[in-house]
Amino acid sequence: MDNIAGQKSSLTWAVHFSVIVLVLLWLLPTLGLFVSSFRSADQIASTGWWKSLFAQEQNVVIRAEKPDQQKLIDGLYVIEGNLFAQDGAVEGDVSVWGTSSKDISAYAAGETADLGEKGRLTVEVNGDYRFVNDTEFAGSRGQRVFLTATTPPSFSFTNYKHVLSKDSGTSSMSKAFFNTLTVSIPSTIIPILIAAFAAYALAWMDFPGRALLIAFVVGLLVVPLQLALIPLLKLHLQVGIGKGYLGVWLAHTGFGLPLAIYLLRNYMVGLPKDIIENARVDGATEFQIFVKIILPLSFPALASFAIFQFLWTWNDLLVALVFLIDSSGDTTVMTRQIVELLGSRGGNWEILATAAFVSISVPLCVFFAMQKYLVRGLLAGSVK
Amino acid sequence: MHPAIQGLLTIIIGVSACIGYFYFSNIFLDKVLFPARGRHAGRNINRANMVRPWLFLFPALAALSLYLAYPVFETLRLSLTDRRLDGAFVGLDNYRQMFSEQKFWEALRNNFLWLLVVPALSTTFGLLVAQLTDRIKWGAVAKSIIFMPMAISFVGASVIWKLVYDARPEGADQIGMLNAVYIFMGGDTSHTWLTIPFWNNFFLMAVLIWIQTGFAMVILSAALRGVPEETIEAAIVDGANPFQIFFKIKMPQIVGTIVVVWTTITITVLKVFDIVFAMTNGQWETQVLANYMYDKLFRASDWGVGSAAAMIIMLLVSPILVWNVRNARKEMK
Repeated sequence: MDNIAGQKSSLTWAVHFSVIVLVLLWLLPTLGLFVSSFRSADQIASTGWWKSLFAQEQNVVIRAEKPDQQKLIDGLYVIEGNLFAQDGAVEGDVSVWGTSSKDISAYAAGETADLGEKGRLTVEVNGDYRFVNDTEFAGSRGQRVFLTATTPPSFSFTNYKHVLSKDSGTSSMSKAFFNTLTVSIPSTIIPILIAAFAAYALAWMDFPGRALLIAFVVGLLVVPLQLALIPLLKLHLQVGIGKGYLGVWLAHTGFGLPLAIYLLRNYMVGLPKDIIENARVDGATEFQIFVKIILPLSFPALASFAIFQFLWTWNDLLVALVFLIDSSGDTTVMTRQIVELLGSRGGNWEILATAAFVSISVPLCVFFAMQKYLVRGLLAGSVK
Repeated sequence: MHPAIQGLLTIIIGVSACIGYFYFSNIFLDKVLFPARGRHAGRNINRANMVRPWLFLFPALAALSLYLAYPVFETLRLSLTDRRLDGAFVGLDNYRQMFSEQKFWEALRNNFLWLLVVPALSTTFGLLVAQLTDRIKWGAVAKSIIFMPMAISFVGASVIWKLVYDARPEGADQIGMLNAVYIFMGGDTSHTWLTIPFWNNFFLMAVLIWIQTGFAMVILSAALRGVPEETIEAAIVDGANPFQIFFKIKMPQIVGTIVVVWTTITITVLKVFDIVFAMTNGQWETQVLANYMYDKLFRASDWGVGSAAAMIIMLLVSPILVWNVRNARKEMK
């Protein structure tokens, strides 16, 4: 045992370290997009998001006001103003500054530089400057000032306002948001009921062919839905459903059923036999047993499946592309909008990041709120 | 009518139709068709009980048959016909045409690459995380974070990773993490990673591995916890080091679960569509079967070849299908 006890500390450190590395690998990509969604387009394009979390040092060149702005105050010619206000793009605190590109950190903030016959220049921390001269300033261009400014992290909700506002022609994300909701809620609720009844029959009723049916369901569990696209689209067009919400609800119901039946059956089989048999002896009908005993007891499995189905329908792109979105584009969903943005505005990260995060936020909330059921469902649902 | 109201109505109609169907069909069965009274009460009860399972199963079976079973055969039929010839039977022509296309072979090669790499790495990472987080205090938080991408859509993940792979011209500040790290490590210049043929496949795979590792971790960590404590204690007493315990004691006991995780991820990989569709759309030699099929179906409107491609996906899935069904039947016995 000694050798193990001796190794333990170094091994424990290695474990902690590797887990930290893995967690960072998994977290940073998402964090990057999240942080970016609060930055302006310029900020995203000019620096990496990781730098935005800290105050940044920037070297900038800003020209003071032109000589024609000078005023005569008490016999002195003065040009005054704020360098940051002048530039508009940069903000922050001046640490050092200079007037020549050769020595950009010649003076500290608050110091006065004597430029000889050109005048005396003072630059304060907040960017206020005062340029004084005994004689009139000449020339047509303002004095160049080289600044080293420290910019504090700055974040805003501007992107979200822009993306979600109705009148911005950019993306109509808010409409897509409600469309996605319209697709996913009925597609989650309807299959649950159908599947629950079937699962009960497969779990607790004895009839010939039951084993075969279970095998049928297990088989369908892995059938790629790609196969269903053309035949069902043709069918929908023939019977007049066409492309629309009804079609997508039906499709999601059909595609979700194998997992629903499989999950619920696995769970129901494990319910105590005594309860069901007692109820039968007491004269309860199968329907009553199902509604009053099985359904309430199966709540965890129902919740697991509901989460799966909700995540799947909310995140889906392919089924919506095929069965829902017509040429008018009124019924577009968020995943589709984001793909559009990726194609047409591949460089507009502020819009893309924000749109993606609007779409991701709902599943993430569901995930963190219901993680327990999700894990339980995964454990029950993987074919053993 | 506003779609939201329409949706609400559908929920109400759908749910009440379901409940109504089950409730009234049961009443009909018990009270009208086979009433449990009179001369044949006993026989009627038995008959009712024979019919009832099918009442419970009917809606589900109907939906399953129509939405999953029927399309398999219909797609097979479509793959043997030509749409332009009014659906005339053309034998294997669609397949022949598909096999002559460069893009198809590229898609098939990439799919095999995905099949090799993604399940292997997802399972390995999942196992690694499951084992490492088992004993540490903040393991639950770590697991939660690694599990999180499961909730993110493939499209959302594509955007997330596109930012990671973003490239700026040489000299400019890199805003993509990969290029920033690459240059920090002494790399010469920034690369647009997604346009480098062959290797870009692996950058796309990273997205799916990132998503699927959480799944593998959850299942494998449950399996690891199920390994009997006595076997581990016995190994410690015998002087096994932690690595021996992991590889020689724990691994052999969870092999079954590893296979399950592997095959489940394999199925996901075969259907991968969104990631390629959103990130490269099959350009720069990143085509995969599912996206190739979508291209044929909805861009080229060639239903015959599209169906043939779908059948190839089905063919690749079918060994797992058979294996799953056999296992399920074994378990029931």
